[in-house]
Amino acid sequence: MTRKPNARQSSSKTLRKALTGIQGLDEITGGGLPRGRPTLVSGGAGSGKTLFGLEFLVRGATQYDEPGVFVSFEETIPDLTVNAASLGFDLGRLVADKKLFIDHVLVSRNEGGATGEYDLDGLFIRIADAAQRVGAKRIVLDTIEALFSELPNPAVLRAEIHRLFGWLKDKGLTTVITAERDGPHRLTRHGIEEFVSDCVIVLDHRIREEISTRRLRVVKYRGSTHGTNEYPFLIDEHGISVLPISSLGLDHAASDARISTGIARLDGMLSGKGYYRGSSILMSGASGTGKTSVAAHFVDAACRRGERCLYFAFEESPRQIVRNMRSIGIDLDPWIRKGLLHFHAARPTYAGIEEVLLVTHNHISSFEPSVVVVDPITNLISVSTLNEVRSMLTRLVDFLKTRQITAVFASLTTGGGPLEASEADISSLMDTWLLLKTVELGGERNRALYVLKSRGMEHSNQIREFLITDQGVQLLDVYVGPEGVLTGTARQSQEGRERAEATLRQQQLEGRGRELDRKREIFEARMSTLRAEFGVEEEILQQSISESRLLDEKLLQDRGQMMISRDADASAFNNGGATPDARKR
Amino acid sequence: MPTTKTKTKTTATTRVRPRTSTPRKPAIWKLRLFVAGQSPKSIRAFANLKVLCEEHLKGRYQIEVIDLLEHPHMARGDQIVAIPTLVIKLPPPVRKIVGDLSHTDRVLVGMALQQVAWLGSEG
Repeated sequence: MTRKPNARQSSSKTLRKALTGIQGLDEITGGGLPRGRPTLVSGGAGSGKTLFGLEFLVRGATQYDEPGVFVSFEETIPDLTVNAASLGFDLGRLVADKKLFIDHVLVSRNEGGATGEYDLDGLFIRIADAAQRVGAKRIVLDTIEALFSELPNPAVLRAEIHRLFGWLKDKGLTTVITAERDGPHRLTRHGIEEFVSDCVIVLDHRIREEISTRRLRVVKYRGSTHGTNEYPFLIDEHGISVLPISSLGLDHAASDARISTGIARLDGMLSGKGYYRGSSILMSGASGTGKTSVAAHFVDAACRRGERCLYFAFEESPRQIVRNMRSIGIDLDPWIRKGLLHFHAARPTYAGIEEVLLVTHNHISSFEPSVVVVDPITNLISVSTLNEVRSMLTRLVDFLKTRQITAVFASLTTGGGPLEASEADISSLMDTWLLLKTVELGGERNRALYVLKSRGMEHSNQIREFLITDQGVQLLDVYVGPEGVLTGTARQSQEGRERAEATLRQQQLEGRGRELDRKREIFEARMSTLRAEFGVEEEILQQSISESRLLDEKLLQDRGQMMISRDADASAFNNGGATPDARKR
Repeated sequence: MPTTKTKTKTTATTRVRPRTSTPRKPAIWKLRLFVAGQSPKSIRAFANLKVLCEEHLKGRYQIEVIDLLEHPHMARGDQIVAIPTLVIKLPPPVRKIVGDLSHTDRVLVGMALQQVAWLGSEG
């Protein structure tokens, strides 16, 4: 473990790490705790130190084939077993399988001073024995400082604990040492953090505005880069989950696949194909603008395709949503029964925002949906500041994108004020933003929606009115009047007006047709008259032509007879027209 | 000193455990000394204990020395962490005295021998 000046290089080359298996922690620490070295986990009462240690061992034993020893200085083995069972860990089975050894060190109160020199060889031997029994690679000492109340001479004990840590390191055991935090500045009561130079993690359990949040922070991790923020964590029936904020990069895949919104004409507005798979859609609007209805269409369409769908209802109960959606012709019940649709309904105020987020994560991880609806995200602000909501949503969106889950976030906007501005914070996270609004015109409120943005596709820029009918959401044709889009009765009157105009045009058209016919008749009548006149004239002319031709022939005959009688050259007569020329020559 | 010791010792036994131990027969002290190999501390502890027992409990004690290097699992049964540790199995209650037993006074207090003497002198 020589430490090179380049910390980054050293962390990747020489510092070996042991994965904890604790969700999220391995991401923060870049691969787990320092292998073969002690890590101090410090926290106040009830901060989850013991569970941290337990999960570290259980995950090691079950996932990484690294058996472990749990040395408990506080809780008894039955207590630990029960506590671990609440996290879904079966300690009894692990012990029976020789993957875990639990040693309860009973700490009794010290009576009388030191009778002379002592050392902790007894503990060393116990640990060595336990480690050898299961072939331990990991060990947890929870909480070793309890020994200070039993053993005399704290200075000796401190030295012995120091020796113990060194010895554990020599044995190559990845060690977690828990310690009770003593005030805001001291990580341990008896200063044993001095002996743990490699990695220090602080757990915290704080109450703010009556809502408790657990937080974890890697205070120190020598020879390794690590996330330094405070990360919220959750303890539930799956163990500890830590939520890294920034470790998730922006390197998720981007799918070209498109999925229907469930509303054909809305698909049409999104270049005819709907949302991108894996994208995040923000659907914002004031109350009563039909956000849930539009979302329900999306859910329904997803379930029809046989995709799994997870609906986080933060405002309404699942039964209420199902009932309301049935009234607009969307029956979600069959999907629930088939197990395709799962509702998770809870008021976010029951827990801190981190907990909400972690619960969300855990549900998504276990249900593995391809579509997620969060309705509405705005309710989260009630339990937290906008900044925290934004950071939470960033994490959630990243998480969903890495899993290629398409997510619809409904957002309730307050009436008045520019809609765009109020949500500028979260909109930048979103790929598609549908804005649902009510249009007030002519003494009515009507629903309209438009696509404010949709990354990576051509989308309609029109404001479309829609109706929520008993066959679901229906987008209507667009009527743009002098004051913008016409909705409701204004649209209806516009439609009427257009119908009247159409009739008028039709009538005009018919009138022109008739006129044309009439003109054609006139024309034809004139034509026949002319033809009749022409016929008469033609007859007369023909007659005169034939008369004059007869006359000509008569004259010719007369001339011929005259020539014959005068005995002239017959050829000259026969030659006709050429005769004068021949005569000139 | 020896008189007060014997006199008050009976009061101590009756106070702690009046029922089961036969009051006539003087209690047998069963002592268990946990050591780790032949370390100086271990050897010193045994020597100190021997001297002490000869002085205060002559003829009524048994010492069992347990080397944890040979019997590591024994540490768990008697909840041993420090070495050397003297466990007083009898008379009850079970007590533990940590250290190489160099400070005789403190050992006597720990064994409830000296403490009783103080009580006797005060009362």
